[in-house]
Amino acid sequence: MNPLLEKIALCVERGKVNMKSPYPPDLKGQEGADELAKRALDEGLSAKSILSEGLMVGMQKIGVKFRDNKVFVPDVLMAAKAMNAAMEHLKPYFASGEVQRKGTIIMGTVKGDLHDIGKKLVSMIFEGGGWEVIDLGVDVPAEKFLKALQERPTAAVGMSALLTTTMINMESIVREIKKTYPHVKVMVGGAPLTQDFAVKIGADAYSPDPQGALDYLNATLAA
Amino acid sequence: MKSLLEKLRDGKVLVSDGAWGTFLHEKGLKPGDCPELWNITRRADVLDIALRYIEAGADMIETNSFGGSRFKLEHFGLADKTVELNREAAAISREAAGPDRFVLGSIGPTGKMLMMGETTEEELGEVFAEQAVALEQGGADACCIETFSAIDEAVCAVKAARKNTRLEVICTFTFDRTVTGEYRTMMGVSPADMAAALVDAGAQIIGTNCGNGFERMIDIVKEIRAACPGMPVLVHANAGLPEVCDGRVRFPESPSYMAGMVPGLIRAGANIVGGCCGTTPAHIKEIRAAMRTNEAKRNLWHT
Repeated sequence: MNPLLEKIALCVERGKVNMKSPYPPDLKGQEGADELAKRALDEGLSAKSILSEGLMVGMQKIGVKFRDNKVFVPDVLMAAKAMNAAMEHLKPYFASGEVQRKGTIIMGTVKGDLHDIGKKLVSMIFEGGGWEVIDLGVDVPAEKFLKALQERPTAAVGMSALLTTTMINMESIVREIKKTYPHVKVMVGGAPLTQDFAVKIGADAYSPDPQGALDYLNATLAA
Repeated sequence: MKSLLEKLRDGKVLVSDGAWGTFLHEKGLKPGDCPELWNITRRADVLDIALRYIEAGADMIETNSFGGSRFKLEHFGLADKTVELNREAAAISREAAGPDRFVLGSIGPTGKMLMMGETTEEELGEVFAEQAVALEQGGADACCIETFSAIDEAVCAVKAARKNTRLEVICTFTFDRTVTGEYRTMMGVSPADMAAALVDAGAQIIGTNCGNGFERMIDIVKEIRAACPGMPVLVHANAGLPEVCDGRVRFPESPSYMAGMVPGLIRAGANIVGGCCGTTPAHIKEIRAAMRTNEAKRNLWHT
């Protein structure tokens, strides 16, 4: 593999955003994902290869480490920050259609629940896995999911809840979505959830960690 | 009357209260409602929760102010009521506790992350100070800064409470068990990391709350105790991980099961034992009873 792409992957995995960033300490003063992505484009590497052989490789590694409890939330957030810095340089190529995403997923924390971090984390892993994410935010009612699906009927839906009191709300939202869009895949996640609960409320998939959810998306829905 | 810290210094193991959030929902709080607003709109119901825990034998009760920071209340358009809602939260629990029991003003995380640049230490300090001061004005004896996972945010809260109030400051973190069997918060903080940072920031009682049930709390308390032999330790444990049954959420650990864990917890080094999500006055009553029979095992943490 191209050494520059390998380096980009490493910067994403380690959360090295740019030259200025003091984090992680052992890479201080070195180029980060930001500079390296720009250089890769200048050197004629394709946006597609930067995405799939650089950013996605780094995010996959951090996603697996997070699943295995080798790293924690701050490490994933820093990795995503590095990924986003590089992604900025790729934006024109997404806009022109030269680089395609695997598909779209609509994400939201369910009605009544204001917890953002878990859903954000999963969204970042999805983006890093080559998916387009539409983040509807927190406290999202069924109508909002339906409206987003109206615009993107081929998208999948990811739903999060942190509270035992709000996970119950998932059931009616899943029902509403399935009523209008029976083929849309709905994934659920969040601290108090279980596979058993996901099955009971009619969701298509559950994962205790973001990487598992990405694996499901890639296996069942990737274009 | 002796302060909470003085009582602990005498070697007494004390009983705290059980869940508020799940109790409020039982009384009709809807998901998406602001629990703290009930301090003025459903005062009698909130007071009833406090009274039920006092009747169950708790030496101290918390306040209905977990999400009472300005940042959290903003979501409900209630930021301008921050002082009133917190003051009232403490006043309600004070009314239930009377002069002989302690009131711990509950302070939860703000939901904003310092490392992502969503807020600053200065701003967090002001937000926590505002809440702690209002809880003190309402009559709290201590504040319980709880369910934290990030050291930077917790340190801001502890320092703000110490600097701006005379409240005794408790701070507890929520730990998960990793696949390799270690305990870490979602931010990667170990019980020992937490203990060192909180003691340094000026916390007077440290501990753990929420989590996966009573049994694992024993391991966590041992780790905290090993890191900080000289600090009093508080445990507010969940009644296990919630299960969904017929569209209702239930917590698996019964009052007698939890009470059975009390001797182990005390041996591990806990000085205050109470409940978190899913625990009820019945749990606290049994914990109280278990404590009585274990009174001989006084926990002389200061020696």
